[in-house]
Amino acid sequence: MELTGAEIFVRCLAEQGVEHLFGYPGGAVLPIYDALYQQDKVQHVLVRHEQAATHAADGYARSTGKPGVVLVTSGPGATNAVTGIATAYMDSIPLVVFTGQVPTALIGNDAFQEVDSVGITRPCVKHNFLVKDVRDLATTIKKAFYIATTGRPGPVVVDIPKDVSAAKAEFHYPKRVTMRSYNPVTKGHPRQIRKAVDLMLTAKRPMLYTGGGVILSNASSQLVQLTRLLGFPITNTLMGLGGYPATDRQCLGMLGMHGTYEANMGMHNCDVLIAIGARFDDRVTGNIEKFCPTAQIIHIDIDPASISKNVKVDVPIVGPVDQVLKEMLAVIKEIKGKPDAAALQVWWKQIEEWRAMDCLKFDRDSELIKPQAVLESLYKITRGNAYVTSDVGQHQMWAAQFYKFDKPNRWINSGGLGTMGFGLPAAMGVQFAHPKETVACVTGEGSIQMCIQELSTCLQYKLPLKVINLNNRYLGMVRQWQQFFYDGRYAMSYMESLPDFVKLAESYGHVGMQITRPEDVEPALKEAFKMKDRLVFMDFITDQSENVYPMIPAGAGQNEMILV
Amino acid sequence: MENEAGALSRVAGLFSARGYNIESLTVAPTEDESLSRMTLVTTGTDEVVEQITKQLNKLIDVVKLMDMQEGPHIEREMMLIKTRAIGPAREEVKRLSDIFRGRIIDVTDKIYTIEVTGTSAKLNAFVEAMAETDIIEVVRSGVMGIARGEKSLRV
Repeated sequence: MELTGAEIFVRCLAEQGVEHLFGYPGGAVLPIYDALYQQDKVQHVLVRHEQAATHAADGYARSTGKPGVVLVTSGPGATNAVTGIATAYMDSIPLVVFTGQVPTALIGNDAFQEVDSVGITRPCVKHNFLVKDVRDLATTIKKAFYIATTGRPGPVVVDIPKDVSAAKAEFHYPKRVTMRSYNPVTKGHPRQIRKAVDLMLTAKRPMLYTGGGVILSNASSQLVQLTRLLGFPITNTLMGLGGYPATDRQCLGMLGMHGTYEANMGMHNCDVLIAIGARFDDRVTGNIEKFCPTAQIIHIDIDPASISKNVKVDVPIVGPVDQVLKEMLAVIKEIKGKPDAAALQVWWKQIEEWRAMDCLKFDRDSELIKPQAVLESLYKITRGNAYVTSDVGQHQMWAAQFYKFDKPNRWINSGGLGTMGFGLPAAMGVQFAHPKETVACVTGEGSIQMCIQELSTCLQYKLPLKVINLNNRYLGMVRQWQQFFYDGRYAMSYMESLPDFVKLAESYGHVGMQITRPEDVEPALKEAFKMKDRLVFMDFITDQSENVYPMIPAGAGQNEMILV
Repeated sequence: MENEAGALSRVAGLFSARGYNIESLTVAPTEDESLSRMTLVTTGTDEVVEQITKQLNKLIDVVKLMDMQEGPHIEREMMLIKTRAIGPAREEVKRLSDIFRGRIIDVTDKIYTIEVTGTSAKLNAFVEAMAETDIIEVVRSGVMGIARGEKSLRV
């Protein structure tokens, strides 16, 4: 039996096991929305702006490991989605984004709501497709999911002209697809793995530096086994938080620009660096010339292009992190390998001295609410079990520093692109994926206003998110940089004319709270988290002058941190 | 590369997005019409070229890639050059063309159009040799490359 392209689309999604589709209708996707209307397998979530659709799908993907799926219309629908697509691209998040397109006959004619979606998204997708023939639609959709979810994951855009979704074809959804030009690596090279293990076992001052790749490849348990077996110190990147339990003694916390002193000093002084699913981002390395001057470097990554891109490595291993770590564990067992215990003891003694600096300390007697204290209380009250999304800025760094993630997939933030406006819609996606779990969005008065309209979506779908707004009336990170590097000329970083967030939340049908005194922080959080079925918007009026410490200034080495 | 719409722009886009140079680029379908073959000339340190290679390999439309510099290979480029050929220049241009094994492929009473193939260096030399004449137009194909001997770039 022949189906329309729109019906094929819906059937493909159902066969692919897609439960939630985040989107927004418009002219070019009307046939698809008509088909969605007539089925109940795929739930469509109506956002209030296409950017939020991509972020919600992204949050869904980050918290589940499954691909997030988006449907938007042509033209402005597609361009609005681009920020979310680029966000996912930078953090290697699997998304499949369907964009409507004007009918094929009109493509190139500057038709109403026409934009070259494939052209616009090309630099920020793993791959994209324009479907010109309805007979190719099902296979293209299968390919899109295959590409998005395998190898180094990433967003894939499928552009579907309106006449293609209206035309008819036989439906057949292939069980699997192969592509001669796309064959992601599935195993690390045994000789390289052996070489890496040998090097690790001779290390006197080893350091494990692990990133988002651990989480994307679901390799947390292997990482824990390996780290405990070796007894090495471990640090996580912003994207890698939760890949190794933060409360474990071997964990030195986050590294990089706002990482801990012990993590950065450990990096700077190590003799063997084992980078796992991390990409030597500039926010991690600081000045590349001064990076890990005494280390031999092992780098495990699924993407060969990540290896020796920024920092030349000595033992590259291309492969999925989980498989490579499994192999490493097997090799160590086979050769009955033991790390250098005596050297490690000396190394740990040094690390403990660095740790004793207590680099995350802050003024606990302040009469103003310290943002760090809010995060600490949030951690305490949710017992470290919440899914935490964040926006971008100071609050993001404080959340990363003070919320101790013991499990993967719980920390959801835009690390690579640094997209303000990400937090709230991402939290919606997380809540859809985990309806029974506690989801908190840590944000600031700047970021939250970039996707504030989604409070309406939250009401429609009764999403009981907890919004933690750290309101310092400044674009805090911008202000901090202006204070440090621009002699305190606070150009455009003061947020004037803020809305009354309590009333705003209430006008969207939610609960609003404003907290102004330090002693009210914990009780307020307790009260909010008790409201299991309501979204609570908590506006914390925090100390305006607080800065994120420690900090490696741009251009400095990892051993040149500014402490408090 | 896959002979598909957009494949070329993915390669070109990659080069501009990552700040790599394209010195020349030629592309055309092969005997297998599902495939196009592209020869791209670029410059950079070993690290940059390695990174370019890896990034190109990541493109889904790139089926197979070979760094010609890694082994003995042949490079060829074609040039069409239109020049004024009046008076004594008419003889001189023909002579130069013969020296460079060029072929005059179009003639009018005032114009010669010459076809020359060879390495880029040879074509540069020809243009230089022709400096005294009145060159009207130069079209170059960009470099094509193929490995010597048994080595081949096949799918």
